Order: sequence, then C-alpha cells, then structure tokens
Amino acid sequence: MIDTPHEPHLALHVEDLTVSYQSKPVLWDIDFDIPPGVLAGIIGPNGAGKSTLIKTILGLVKPVAGHVTIFGDTYRKQRRHVGYVPQRTSVDWDFPTTVLDVVTMGLYGHLGWFRRPGRRERDEALDALAMVNMQDFARRQISQLSGGQQQRVFIARALVQKADVYFLDEPMAGVDATTERAIIDLLHRLRDEGKTVIVVHHDLQTVRRYFDWLMILNVRVISQGPVEQVYTGPNLRQAYGGQIALLDGQAVMQDQPTTKRDATANHGER
Amino acid sequence: MSLLALLSDYTIQNVVIGAALLGLVSGTLGCFAVLRKQSLLGDTLSHAALPGICLGFLVAGTRDIASMLTGALITGTLAALVMLVLTRHSRLKTDAGLGISLSLSFALGVVLLTYIQGTNNAAQGGLDSFLFGQAAATLRSDLWIMGGITLAALALVMLFWKEFKLVSFDPAFAATRGLPVATLETGLTVMVSLAVVVGLQMVGVVLMAAMVIAPAVAARQWTHRLGTMVLLSALIGIASGVFGALISAMGRGLATGPLIILSASVLVVISLLFAPGRGFVWSLLSQWRARRHLRSQQVLTTLYRLAMEHKDTTYRTQQGMVDTYYGIGTRLSLARLQKNGLVRLRGQDALQQPGWELTTDGITEAQRILDGLGHGDRR
Repeated sequence: MIDTPHEPHLALHVEDLTVSYQSKPVLWDIDFDIPPGVLAGIIGPNGAGKSTLIKTILGLVKPVAGHVTIFGDTYRKQRRHVGYVPQRTSVDWDFPTTVLDVVTMGLYGHLGWFRRPGRRERDEALDALAMVNMQDFARRQISQLSGGQQQRVFIARALVQKADVYFLDEPMAGVDATTERAIIDLLHRLRDEGKTVIVVHHDLQTVRRYFDWLMILNVRVISQGPVEQVYTGPNLRQAYGGQIALLDGQAVMQDQPTTKRDATANHGER
Repeated sequence: MSLLALLSDYTIQNVVIGAALLGLVSGTLGCFAVLRKQSLLGDTLSHAALPGICLGFLVAGTRDIASMLTGALITGTLAALVMLVLTRHSRLKTDAGLGISLSLSFALGVVLLTYIQGTNNAAQGGLDSFLFGQAAATLRSDLWIMGGITLAALALVMLFWKEFKLVSFDPAFAATRGLPVATLETGLTVMVSLAVVVGLQMVGVVLMAAMVIAPAVAARQWTHRLGTMVLLSALIGIASGVFGALISAMGRGLATGPLIILSASVLVVISLLFAPGRGFVWSLLSQWRARRHLRSQQVLTTLYRLAMEHKDTTYRTQQGMVDTYYGIGTRLSLARLQKNGLVRLRGQDALQQPGWELTTDGITEAQRILDGLGHGDRR
C-alpha cells in the first residue's frame, strides 16, 4: 500500500500490474499512465484483457502483482471521484425498478449506511438523466428500455456522482447510431470540462475520431500515448495479428501520423 | 366446524399463526433469492437442513427443537459454502454446484435419519416428520422462535434496504461504490437459511424451497417495483400459509405443509396467467388485439387504394370484393372501422351485398397509415 501520494499529477497510474485467472495470465506486467483531461481509448482484440484491466483498477479483480493510483491515491480513497459504467449486459434488465431508481443507485456510496435517498438525490438523478436526454423516461420500468436507452441510463448513473475520472466498458456495444453519437458528444463535453474519460472500445474505425489518447492492449501493453502516435499500422498489426486486414482497410493503410489538430477536425466532420 | 370455532382451537391457532409467520419471512426473503437467480439456493439449504436436524438430535439425545434448528442452520450454511467452493474452484456452474451440494447433503441426512431410527431410541419418534413437515406439532414456544427470527429478518431487510437492492441488481457496481458485497450477499444467504429453518417443522425439507420461490415469483408478475414486490410477496406468503392451514384443519387428515405449498402454487398459476402486462393470457389478448387492429388498418387502406384507383373518394366498395381480396370474411373489421367512424355503409346491391365508402376521417387515417409505412407505392 502507498501512504504518500504517488504520481499525483496523473489521472491514472498503473504500475507492474499482472492479473491471472487460475494460472493463465490475463494481463502481464502492465505499466500505463493517463494524464488528466483526456478522452482515452483502450483497444485490443477479444481476450486482450480490456475489461479485466478496468475491473482491476476499480478493485473488482485482485491483481497478482502491481498497483494502481488515481490522482496519486488508491482507488479506495478516490472512490467518490471515480465513475464506472459497466457493460450493459452485466445486469438483468428485468429487475423490478425504474430508470430514476437505477440512476439514484449512483449516489448510494455518497449516502452511506441507513440513509435513504431523498428529494435532493432525486433532483440530482433527474439532472443526470437530462444530460443523457432521458429525463422523459425517469418513471419508466427498466425492462421497457431499448439497448441504447439502457446504456444511457447506465451512463447517467455514473454522471450523477459528479466524478473526475470516468471508466466506461464498451459503451458503444450494441447501441444504435444516434445513441453512439449522443454518447460520444457527451464524453467530449466531459473531457472539455476537464474530466478524464477512459473508454474500452472495440470499433477501430472510429478510434481516431473519438479519442485523443490511446492504449493498445493485448495481455501486454502494445503501445500508449497520444492517439496519432499510437494508432499506427505496425502497432495494430502487433496487437491484432492477422485479423487486422479484415477489420480495417483504409485507416491502417493510410499509416501517416496525423497531428492532433487533424484528429479534432475529424470530430467535426460527422 | 365453523371458521370461528376453528380459530378458537388452541392447536389450530398455533398452526395458523406459524404458517402466517413462515409465509411472511419466506415471502420477503424469497424476493431477493429469486432476483439474484438463486431460487435453487433455498432448495439446497432446506435439503441440507436434514443432516443438521439429525445431528442436533444425536447431540441433544432428544427432540430438542433449539439444538436441531441450530444443526440445520450449520449444515445449511456448510452446504452453501460447498456450493461456493465448487463453483469458484472448478468448472462447475452454479446450478450444477447447487445440485451436487443438495443431493449430497440430503443423502447424508437420510442415512443419519435411518441410523437414528435403527437405534430404537424412544425419543426419535416422528423425526421423519421433518421430511414433509408436521404443522400440528407446532407449539406456542416454537412460535416465539419463529416470530423472533421473522422480526430480525424483516428489521435487517428494512435497515439495509438500499444496499440489498443494489447488491441484487448490480453487485459489481455495488462493489465499486464501496459496499461490502460479499458480506451483504452472505447476509442474504444466511437469512434465507433462517427462513428455511423457520419453515422446516411446518412444511418439511422437501417442499420448503417452494415456500421461498413461489410467493416471490407470483408477486413479480404484478409489479415493477421492488418495494411493492416484497410487500406483495409477503402478503401472498401469509395468505397461502393461513389458507393452507385452514383447509387442512377443516379436512380430515390432510397434511398442512403440502396444502400451504399448493395454495401458494395456485396463486403462482393465477399470477402467471392473468397478471396485467406479464401474464400469459394478457399477452395473448394484446397479441390478438394488435392483430385485429392491423387487420382493420389493412382493410381501411385497401378501401382507400380502391378509391384512389377510381379517382373517386366516395367510391363504393362491395363487401364481397374485400372478402375475396383477403380470402376471409372482413365483416368484423369493417364493423369496427364503422364504429370508429372511418367507413360508412352505403346501400346494398342486387345480390344483397353491403357496400362501403370511406368517411373523411377514414381518408385521413388511411393516408396517415400509408405515410407511416413510408414507401412511395400507394396502390
């Protein structure tokens, strides 16, 4: 355990992290840092350990070795400043509860034991719902939501915490194009407000348009840094092996490093 | 015997109060077990109670209810642990783990039971009543134990309401918020085994699981809120308990435990069939309504397209024509459209066939439907 702040200027600092299920290493000696105020993507092939990495950072999976700090402190101490959006499919959406109730769950940690959520918590939850444009669904039973709406409710549950660092696990998986657009706009807005947003992502086509920081993972860290330096053919080929040609033709073949300005200009195009 | 006479009977009072307490506690806790997809857990816990009861008897040397229930609680918890170890450290899934744990402990229980019966201990008489329960043997002192356990469980559920809710819905998220998920989940499991212990004497180890699952499943059908579901489940539990106990008191020699379970099952079947929104009959009905609505819409647009084809908005379509077009009678659809003011009858032809024409509302509606379909072909 770390007593003094360690790398306090970094939003996220991961050092020597190794995780294994049974004897098989899922993450091997991960060193990786994310500066504050960026929208960072984590990409890698299936089984690369992307979700496991996030779960380990959040203390859901115990690492074999290594440590993690968020703004210089352990996750346990920074918990209130970290928002988490798990994969949408990780829960049963037939649970008997309403949209507003699910979003309010984001505040249970702040409330502490025995205290029930009241009017203030309700208003905060409604504000968070408005941020994802779901305020009209507050009273809706969650089993009636579409995939995209479920995802937005989960994001609202993280937003309601007013955190400084957000982790999102595949927020674009199985949502419609409109929702994806709305989500990425929201994430850019959060980034512009100075928050740090870390997203596990699976769609290579959109990486350069969406993110300004990137980490390519395949059990080990393949590459990390500003997206224009990291998103290169050799790096992707190293992570994805033979799959890459099928996955993405043009983006990889271009292979010219773009400047950050270009990357942001691309955001405007769509 | 009249109901009043029944209720003033001391033994029957005990049974009814006991059954109500059992329904209350198992209905409440069952909701969390069912929502956490651990319906089978109740089954495993109750079967695992049998060896505990026998061991409790062997230790006490007599039918001491406290030591037998303590034994049941211990072996129940052990069985749950065995299940956890099996699923955590092998490739077994939860259902297989529960199944193995269940049959193992029940086999052990039956072996112990037959061993005790072979010892010719006079006190062992009626020990096998724990298999199917023996409600009539409920004593006033048992009620105090049952009431205490029920009260404690209800207090815990109310105190940790939001924590239990979050852990049941999304345990991983709960952990990231700093909730002690393992402790809360263990708490829920221990409380379910307490509920099982409460019911052992009345319902027996074999049927106890139903008492945990049935009220919750029935209640889930009627509501979309956890609070209402738990309340309703508790009420359904109490109702089945009281109802089963009363029927058994009125009939001759009918076993109480199975009657309680049957009462609960009747409520489950009713809920599965008729609950609005989720019930089977309900969804059939709404499917049928949707189909009828679609058929009317189709007939309406057909009339509209015929009118357009003849460039005459007051075009009179013969009933027989529409019937032939669809290959079935459309009389009912047309009658519905007429009732909604979208078409009107206009005279009969030589063959006594009614003719139909669109009203202005009908034309607007048909245009709206076709626009909604969004393709250019209006024919």
